[in-house]
Amino acid sequence: MDWVNGIVQGVLVGGLFALFATGLSLIFGVMRIVNIAHGDMIIACAYLAFTIIQLSGLHPLVSLLIVIPIASLVGYLLQTAILNRTLGKDILPPLLVTFGLSIIVQNGLLEVYSADSRRLAAGPIETGSFPLARGIDIGYLPLLTFLTAVVVVAGLQFVFYRTEIGRSFRAVSDDPETSQLMGLDNRKVYGLAMALCLAVVAIAGVFLATRSNFDPFMGPSRLIFGFEAVIIGGLGNLWGTLVGGVILGVAQAIGAQIDPGWQLLAGHIAFLVILAIRPEGLFPRGAR
Amino acid sequence: MALLSIKNLCKRFGALVVTDDLSFDVNEGEIIGILGPNGAGKTTLFNLIAGTIRSDAGEILFNGTNVAGTGVAERCRLGISRSFQVPHPFAGMSVFENVLVGATFGRSGDDRFEYALRALDVAGLKQKANLLAGSLPLLDRKRLEMARALATEPRLLLLDEIAGGLTERECHELLSAIRDVHSAGVTIVWIEHVVHALLSVAERLVVMNFGRLIADGKPDDVMKSREVKSIYLGEDVNV
Repeated sequence: MDWVNGIVQGVLVGGLFALFATGLSLIFGVMRIVNIAHGDMIIACAYLAFTIIQLSGLHPLVSLLIVIPIASLVGYLLQTAILNRTLGKDILPPLLVTFGLSIIVQNGLLEVYSADSRRLAAGPIETGSFPLARGIDIGYLPLLTFLTAVVVVAGLQFVFYRTEIGRSFRAVSDDPETSQLMGLDNRKVYGLAMALCLAVVAIAGVFLATRSNFDPFMGPSRLIFGFEAVIIGGLGNLWGTLVGGVILGVAQAIGAQIDPGWQLLAGHIAFLVILAIRPEGLFPRGAR
Repeated sequence: MALLSIKNLCKRFGALVVTDDLSFDVNEGEIIGILGPNGAGKTTLFNLIAGTIRSDAGEILFNGTNVAGTGVAERCRLGISRSFQVPHPFAGMSVFENVLVGATFGRSGDDRFEYALRALDVAGLKQKANLLAGSLPLLDRKRLEMARALATEPRLLLLDEIAGGLTERECHELLSAIRDVHSAGVTIVWIEHVVHALLSVAERLVVMNFGRLIADGKPDDVMKSREVKSIYLGEDVNV
């Protein structure tokens, strides 16, 4: 039963990994930027929520109502003021600039909040659970995280394939030159994509911070989980990213069952195995 | 006042002069053909007008304002639209969605769908609205180029060799679509090597060679001009 329980918990944690990954996948899909600062943005959002909660006493989940708009606005400004300038035929400038951002964010957070690890207190749902079967208890918070990931992926999927802004995203991603000739201002579209990405990042940050402790230097390892989930699922496929997150979560859970020290290793091994067998990921979106 | 007025336009790529002090006007409601041998700078001229490349000197007056420094998307919204010689559809989207991207501005909800559908209808693509754009054969891709350009509600439509590579019958169908667009009030500038197609609709011909304007006038007069003949037929000017 321990094993089954481990796998079930792994699936739920996979939802969190998928939340880390969807924003990354979105940005890469729309403008071919690999955002090295993605993990640090998640942590920055966690700190933003932390500050808002300190000031207002709101519940972490309620604080999202404030964190999401702020994060989106910052995302839009970041894209239009800085990242748009790095876009071009060369893929190196965005990598370097986001790498620099990553360092700036980490040290900025260290300066303001110190290196102490923090946590967002979410009250009873943090530890509450209900029994699914004997030996398997489902925690409210992990379940909520997983369901949120499903809703976020479904929502993004809807935005991408059923709305005007989604059509713009696909058009600029498909052919950025032609899209401009059809009246789309690519820079603005990129800004909106980054705003949407940061909205998801805000959700990821708050769920991460209610689930575990965080400190200013946790970003890069979240980035790795995000990357792995995206690659396992296949680039450009958001449902695939969710599956990738779940696979990563389950692999880590199985590793932890074998030996607590094997948790991270097992996740990376699963990633390497899939990369070796299917380098394009499990569900790549169409052949380009 | 001319809808489009090109004044002393210059563009060079390194040592290569592609448009050399080029000037001409396009009046509202006209349909103008541009002829010229390969490398004459015709497509570059379109790129300059649409804004995908910037001119080195000179003015591009559209409706009286100089747009030479304006961005591509902004020019599109002002009413300049172009099609490509080699079609560039958004391959991963349906034909309808392709057109809808252009039909997005300044229109609300249903209006936009109506407009996109009309553009498809004029271009003769309505039956194929739900196909993936990447799967279309050449004629349909060319039609899609036109439908997308129309969906942005242009005042000036730049067609770049849209009849190239089509069969006689296909060309005929396309011509009637172009006439429909023109009679709806759109000013058209058309670059074409299929001369008989161009002559059947153009009211005025402009001939370019090595980035310069060498003839501009009524099609009959232009086709009779010795300089044009010498370029196209290799006739000796002195004969």
